[in-house]
Amino acid sequence: MQSSRRDFLKLAGVSALGLSAGTLGFLGEGAQAADALPTATNFAKPITAKRWAMVIDTAKFDDALIAKVIDSCHTAHNVPTIPGKQEIKWIWTEEFHGTFTTERPVHLADAQEHRKYLLLCNHCESPPCVRVCPTKATFKNNEGLVIMDYHRCIGCRYCMAGCPYGARSFNFQDPEKFIKNMNLQYPHRTRGVVEKCTFCVEKLAQGLMPNCVQASGGAMVFGDLQDPNSPVRKILKEKFALRRNPSAGTEPGVFYIL
Amino acid sequence: MIEKALKGSPRYFGALMAFLAIMGIGGGFYLVQLNQGLMITGLSRDVSWGFYIAQFTYMVGVAASAVMLVLPYYFHHYKAYSKMIIMGEFLAIAAVIMCLGFIVIDIGQPQRMLNVLINSTPGSVLFWDMVVLNGYLVLNAVIGWTSLMSYWKRVSPPTWVKPLVYTSIVWAFSIHTVTAFLYAGLPGRHYWLTAILAARFLSSAFCSGPSILLLLMLLAKKLTKFDPGNEAIKSLSTTITYAMCVNVFFFLLEVFTAFYSNMPGHMDPILFLFSGFEGHTYMTPFMWTAAFLGLTSLFLLIPPKWRENRDILVPALIMLVIGTWLDKGMGLIAAGFTPNPFEKVTEYLPTGPELMIALMIYAVGGFVLTVLWKIALEVRAEVEGEPGK
Repeated sequence: MQSSRRDFLKLAGVSALGLSAGTLGFLGEGAQAADALPTATNFAKPITAKRWAMVIDTAKFDDALIAKVIDSCHTAHNVPTIPGKQEIKWIWTEEFHGTFTTERPVHLADAQEHRKYLLLCNHCESPPCVRVCPTKATFKNNEGLVIMDYHRCIGCRYCMAGCPYGARSFNFQDPEKFIKNMNLQYPHRTRGVVEKCTFCVEKLAQGLMPNCVQASGGAMVFGDLQDPNSPVRKILKEKFALRRNPSAGTEPGVFYIL
Repeated sequence: MIEKALKGSPRYFGALMAFLAIMGIGGGFYLVQLNQGLMITGLSRDVSWGFYIAQFTYMVGVAASAVMLVLPYYFHHYKAYSKMIIMGEFLAIAAVIMCLGFIVIDIGQPQRMLNVLINSTPGSVLFWDMVVLNGYLVLNAVIGWTSLMSYWKRVSPPTWVKPLVYTSIVWAFSIHTVTAFLYAGLPGRHYWLTAILAARFLSSAFCSGPSILLLLMLLAKKLTKFDPGNEAIKSLSTTITYAMCVNVFFFLLEVFTAFYSNMPGHMDPILFLFSGFEGHTYMTPFMWTAAFLGLTSLFLLIPPKWRENRDILVPALIMLVIGTWLDKGMGLIAAGFTPNPFEKVTEYLPTGPELMIALMIYAVGGFVLTVLWKIALEVRAEVEGEPGK
């Protein structure tokens, strides 16, 4: 935990440096008026891993922290708030039964039963969404991040059928009017494409931790699953953790400490 | 030969106009969908495929079913099918065109469709589905057109047609197998995750497709002087009966595996379809209707005496078509997505605009089929020395 705080402070320093740097002129006045855009210096020191993974310490979450974490993601990424069954979400909650369906839980301990669990893309080692995508619009990069090229997506939604975790959302309509405060530092999506959590690939490239991890105040731990000294590996060595639906053979990268 | 499509009775042009009118109305709704997105459908985050993809799947079966004529005719030289074969091939063309249409209306960014070619990804079954469907379209168009042209010119078809025909026989199986693989390889969708899905698809295709063909041919017989011949009708209805028996049998295999193993993942979608899941019973009327129609059609088709009686055959075939359509066109897709990955149910029924847009594609198929069959029937009438109608 010590090391993750140090990482955080280091990253905060880097980000402050970024904020003080100049903005990109071609984006016009709208961009000028908003927060300063990152420049090349921000990307000078990315943090990298062989395989990014996340550990969620579920006991540390209360409703306020959950709301804060979800908000940090959804505002940063311009995730629209669309009511009803055509909603879009990158990170959200379910109760135990909806989260760990393959456990078929009965007689759960009260604490675990009434807890809310944060759900997001698992950034699987062998992701079915990547396997089925006919255009490689969804792909896995060399750091184990399952990410998307929204301009290549044809909107066939095969990835949504492929994902056993329900992590993907489709833009059934133009999302723009459902975005309350547009973050001009991140593109919003267009009608007709699929989207999901990216483990904040754009933050990692700037040497920053993902938004949710930053907002969680240590309740979410992020690091390299291949590195035995990484924070995720250290915490997994200490505490018993579950992954969702492991029998699907996808090797999810999100671990839950109960 | 194409000029034969340009002359015809008021009834022929009336039919074409009717199809064009439906296309126009459906096209209007499609413009709305292009403008507003798939929000006008009943689809959701949880049930992200629906009526369009289901119709696509059903039509792949109809397209593949032409092989039920082509195989006996070319492999076993079964001459009774000589008058029907071109009708089957042309129905396959219309069906594949509908399949492609249903895919186009389903995707969220149709203008990026060619990304599937530009960034072709052999690891995706969708890529292969595109390959086999377009290949099948070309095969049937070339084979059908060339054979009909030769027949019209009273010469035997060129020798290069034969290898294409043999290819098309294997290809027909491939289109529905690959379409089944779209579904059967997804780790989280239990209703589809079954090795027998491709076999089920083929068996349901081989009873429903020939039934549609036979019904349409009986209609053509009524409206024109075309007669496919009694023996052909008899043989094809026997094929239909066997295929429907196999279809029902394969489904019962699913039921056994799911319920004897008692594994929830396998049972839940079947329960959802037939008795509802956690109070969501909206699919059960469709599925029990399908079961009733399917079994009744079998009851009527199995005794040869009844099957050979046109007054029983026709309603039995209609029941079979509706039953298999409900199974594949309504139940199959929703059950794959239900319950969702969180063991919950999001209901899905197509909306009015969704149905109208699908109807547009059916009208396209009807238009293509009418024109192609008109040409085939005129050519036959001319060669046989009778003026067609």
